[in-house]
Order: sequence, then structure tokens, then C-alpha cells
Amino acid sequence: MGRKLLLQHINVPGINTLEVYRQKGGYTAVEKALKTLTPDEVVEEVKKSGLRGRGGAGFPTGMKWGFLAKPEGVPRYLVCNADESEPGTFKDRYLMTYIPHLLIEGMIVSSFALGAKVSYIYVRGEMMPQIRILEKAIAEAKAAGWLGKNILGTGYDLELYVQPGGGAYICGEETALLESLEGKRGNPRIKPPFPAIAGLYGCPTVVNNVESIAAVVPIINEGGDEYAKLGIGRSTGTKLISASGNLVKPGVYEIDLGLPVEEFIYSDEYCGGIANGKRLKAVVAGGSSVPILPANLILKTVNNEARLMSYESLSDGGFATGTMLGSGGFIAYDEDQCIVRNTWNFARFYHHESCGQCSPCREGTGWMEKVLHRLEYGHGKMADMDLLVDVSKKIEGNTICPLGDAAAWPVASAIRHFRDEFEWHVTNAAEATTRNYGLAGYADPLPELETV
Amino acid sequence: MLKVETTQTPVEFSAALLATFDDIRSRYPEGKQKSALLPILHAVQAELGWLSAAAMDKVADYLQILPIEVYEVATFYTMYFLRPQGKYMLEVCRTGPCCTVGAEKIMDHIEQTLGVKEGEVTPDGLFSWRGVECLAACGYAPVLQIGPEYTFYENLTTESVDKLINDLKAKI
Ligand SMILES: Cc1cc2nc3c(=O)[nH]c(=O)nc-3n(C[C@H](O)[C@H](O)[C@H](O)COP(=O)(O)O)c2cc1C
Ligand code: SF4
Ligand code: FES
Repeated sequence: MGRKLLLQHINVPGINTLEVYRQKGGYTAVEKALKTLTPDEVVEEVKKSGLRGRGGAGFPTGMKWGFLAKPEGVPRYLVCNADESEPGTFKDRYLMTYIPHLLIEGMIVSSFALGAKVSYIYVRGEMMPQIRILEKAIAEAKAAGWLGKNILGTGYDLELYVQPGGGAYICGEETALLESLEGKRGNPRIKPPFPAIAGLYGCPTVVNNVESIAAVVPIINEGGDEYAKLGIGRSTGTKLISASGNLVKPGVYEIDLGLPVEEFIYSDEYCGGIANGKRLKAVVAGGSSVPILPANLILKTVNNEARLMSYESLSDGGFATGTMLGSGGFIAYDEDQCIVRNTWNFARFYHHESCGQCSPCREGTGWMEKVLHRLEYGHGKMADMDLLVDVSKKIEGNTICPLGDAAAWPVASAIRHFRDEFEWHVTNAAEATTRNYGLAGYADPLPELETV
Repeated sequence: MLKVETTQTPVEFSAALLATFDDIRSRYPEGKQKSALLPILHAVQAELGWLSAAAMDKVADYLQILPIEVYEVATFYTMYFLRPQGKYMLEVCRTGPCCTVGAEKIMDHIEQTLGVKEGEVTPDGLFSWRGVECLAACGYAPVLQIGPEYTFYENLTTESVDKLINDLKAKI
């Protein structure tokens, strides 16, 4: 059984209140950091922990903090990314709903480390209930002296505000988020300059995911070295996985990085297997943006090694046979799911969410949606698969922000691994509108690699 | 794309709403009051049900920005209604993970039950519905939300949707 660092007390009644959260050891990280460490020492602990950004890109958090510019007399900001809109991801919502003080504690320690005196939590606007929860928790923390002026008599001042978004996936992209926080449309900015140099209001800014900031609390409490002992290799610590789709027990799980994928799906401690006694057909392991893999490739790498839930193992084999850990949005598809329909659904999503600034993304996502729609509805052509791959290649790498890549990868990977299902939609167009292709050979054992 | 309602029926904001404006504006540094725009638009929509051009102009006035700066934002984000909606707007998640467990069936059922197409308002003015993108609740799918407090309804079945609609009708 893995150690729980974030969700340890999630089921304690009243843990959403300051009182119970304190009883369970809450806010000791603030005390420790503000009273016994310098800001640079906090950054150093986070560096030692090996924590990598939990929002999707997996960039080392301590290193990112180290890049923050510190010009004299210019305010610096910490902005928490609680936009959580990546399809398949719902861990941040869970954390904020049930243990809001963990995020607030993390925000205080992180803001102290970065020298921010005003910080914002940007929450997607649809999470109005979570916004209320956070505002209440902030008021409690402030009344108890954990926020505001001269915290714990250390001379450190911090104000923390919650900012609602307006309903736009793109505002999860950090520079779009900053535009949105400035009261503008969520159009991503051209980088450089990076937010660490010019972010919110043109000032040095760090943007971090909810889970990354929450993880700072156990890192400070236990020390970066202790945290780094959990996990595997460069995938240190624990990770929240949002499990959805055709599972017996979908939900949010905290795992030690390095847990075998097979154990995660089938053991009773986690997802409990595929619902309704069906068989697993495919998995999207890290949110809708990462490549989809057939059952055989998600369970084992091409080298026939067990696939693990870690940054490295999931990306083993590159995009040819691997995928990415991404945001940890783990979507399982059973034998009754149609890959063509799912790919069309995702393409429609990305087309809808493209901000429209770059032509390859704006136009390409629209074309992919249209072509996939006609494949799904029985009007596809054999040439469509190559056409889709061609369009995806023209988007990938040619846009201002990574939404373009995020739109291209699911389509390209679906065709890479499930081409026969797409072809069947063309050759059996009428049948394809009445039944699904089924499991086919997607769970068959991988061919043995020749040993040399 | 939602059509913008351009009629200039004058609107009044309540004293409570104006107080909320001031509270929101106090969260940002001097001169950065435009940051208050999104939260203020949510507050206006919660009070009036939608954002008319007149309401947006008043917000522009309050924040000392141009009306176009408000329209730009209101048209970019999906949560802002630029036309009147039903009193209850049922927003059903239509994205991939929810569809693996029957979100499309739920939407069809709502369409049939309410007798109006996506984006339309029932003749009694009570209901509208639409598909929205992933609501970060995929593990409890299918899901829908109802503003302005964005109450969530999870693990939907056709029966639970019927009950929800009947309960809302009974509230009137
Ligand atoms: C289209 C797009 C959507 C994104 N959505 C989110 C999101 O909802 N939440 C999040 O934390 N990061 C999201 N990201 C990643 C952020 O840009 C950024 O890398 C992240 O917030 C950094 O935090 P971290 O280093 O703690 O992961 C998104 C990126 C892109 C390109
Ligand atoms: S890639 Fe797409 S979403 Fe990103 S800036 Fe370009 S058009 Fe906008
Ligand atoms: S796909 Fe419906 S909540 Fe995520």
C-alpha cells in the first residue's frame, strides 16, 4: 500500500475546517518555513524533493522557482492553476472540495519561498462551489493569523484571492490564464518572455498546478530528501490519478509513482477492474491530450516489461508505442467503446476550445473534427486516415501554445494504433452506424521480441 | 456561436451587487481594476440571468474601460449568456469520458423530456439545456450542472434526470 501524503486525512470528518485540519497537523509547514527557513531554503527543499509539475508538463517545480526574476522594487506573484479542464482530470476539484486548507497552506509556503505578497488561485468558473469553499477557508485562515499582515509575527505579509475563470479550456495554459486574470480574452502569449520574467501585470510570476502546490506541504514537513525516497527514478513522490471511463471504481487515487498500470486498473485497492465484467480495450493515461494506447501497450512496453505509472515508463517507446503521464487523467475504455467516435469527440472538443489565434490550430482542428465526423457517420474514405495524419502533422509544433499539439496527438495516435477500426468504418459504413468494432486484437499479447 | 442581444433596455444594479463590485475590485493592485471583469460579469449574470449590452456597458463604466473590452471577454468565454435563458439552464457534460458511460443518452433524454432543442428555452421560460465540455467530474459521470451556483448532479440516469426536472418544477 502506497503512502498517502495529500489524501491521508481526506476522510476525516470536518477536515475542510481549519480546526480539524489543525488537529491533524495542518499549518505546521507554514510554521516551519516561516520561522525556521529562509525563502531560498524552502526553494532548496523543493528542488531536493524532485517534485515535477502536476499540471501536465512535468517540469521540475524547484527549478521553475529558481528561474523567477527578482528585480528590486517589482512585485512578484504566485498564481495557482486551478483551471482543471483537461478531459479526464478531476483531482484538483477533489482536493479543493475536501481538503481546501492543504492548498491554502501550500500557497502560503510557496508564496513565502517566492517572495510574493499577493497570490491568486485561478479556479475555473464552473467550480463555483469550490470557489465558495476556498473563500471560506481563506477567511478562516486569515482570522487565525495564517494570512494577512505580519504572519506569525515574522514580518511576512500575504494576501490570497480566488479568481473565477469564464469557461474556457485554454485558460489552463499558463499565459492564457494570466491574460484571463488580467480581465482579457484567454489568448496565450508568445514565449519568451516566460512568466518567470514577465507574467501577471508584466511582473515575475510563477504558475503552478493545485497538486504541485499542495505537495509542497509534505515536502516541507518531511524534508525534500524524504519525499524523494518515494516513487521511482526521476518520478519522485506520490501522484493523484483521476480514474474515469469503464472502471468498477472510478475516482481519485493517490499512488506512489511507479505503481504498475495493471495493478492500478485491476487491484481492489484501486480501480477494481473493468466494469460489468467487460475487457479492457484502450487507455488514455494522462488526460485527453496524450496519445491513446491499446490495452496490450498500456499494460506492457514493447520490451515486454510491465508498464508503470511514472513519467518515464509511460513515455517508454516514445509516441510510437508509448504515451505520457500528463495530468494523470486516466480514462479506461472497454470493448464496447468506439475509438473513432471517441477520437471525433476529442477533436470536436479541441476545435471548440481553440482560441483561434494560430491558423494551423484554428483551421486544422476544424478539419479534423469534420473528417472524423464523416468517418463516424458512415461517409468516410480510405484516404481520410492519411489526411488526418497529415493535418495533425501540420498543426503539431506550428502553434503559439501546446493546445495545437494536444489536439494533434490523440488523433494521430488513434490512427497509429487503431487503424483497422477506422478502415472498418469505411469498408463497413452501414454496419458501423449500428454496432461497434469491439475488442479486435487490441488486447492480444504483444509479439515476442527476438532476443539477440 | 451565441447571437448577441443588442437591445438597449436600461438595467439597474442592486445596491448589494454594487457592493460586490467594490469588494471584487479591491483584490487587485492600483490601476489593474480590469482584472475584476470576469468575476463582476459572473455577479451580474447571477443577478440578471444574462448579460445584455446595457448591463455590459454599465460594467465598462464602473471599471473605466471601453465597452468593447467587456464585449470581447463576454463573447470569448462560454459561461456568459448573451441572450436570456431558461430559469434553469441544465448544462450536461458531452466530452469523451462522460460519453463512455452514457452522456449522449442523457442529453437525448433531456431534449425529449423538455421538448426543446439545445440552446432553446421552454415556452414556460423555466428550462434550457446545452452540452458543455468536461466539467472535471469524469469519475462521477454522467454529470450536469445548474447555475448560477453551479450545483452538480452526478452519476446521472434517465430516472434521476426526471426526478431533478420534476423537483425543479415543484420549486416554483
Ligand atoms: C491547453 C492547455 C491546457 C492546460 N490546462 C491546465 C490545467 O487545467 N491545469 C494545470 O495545472 N495546468 C494546465 N496546463 C499546463 C500549464 O500551462 C502549466 O504548465 C502548469 O499550470 C504549470 O504548473 P505545474 O508546473 O505545477 O504543473 C495546460 C496547458 C495547456 C497547453
Ligand atoms: S495553438 Fe490554438 S489555442 Fe494555442 S494559441 Fe494557437 S490557436 Fe490558440
Ligand atoms: S468528461 Fe464529463 S466531466 Fe470530464
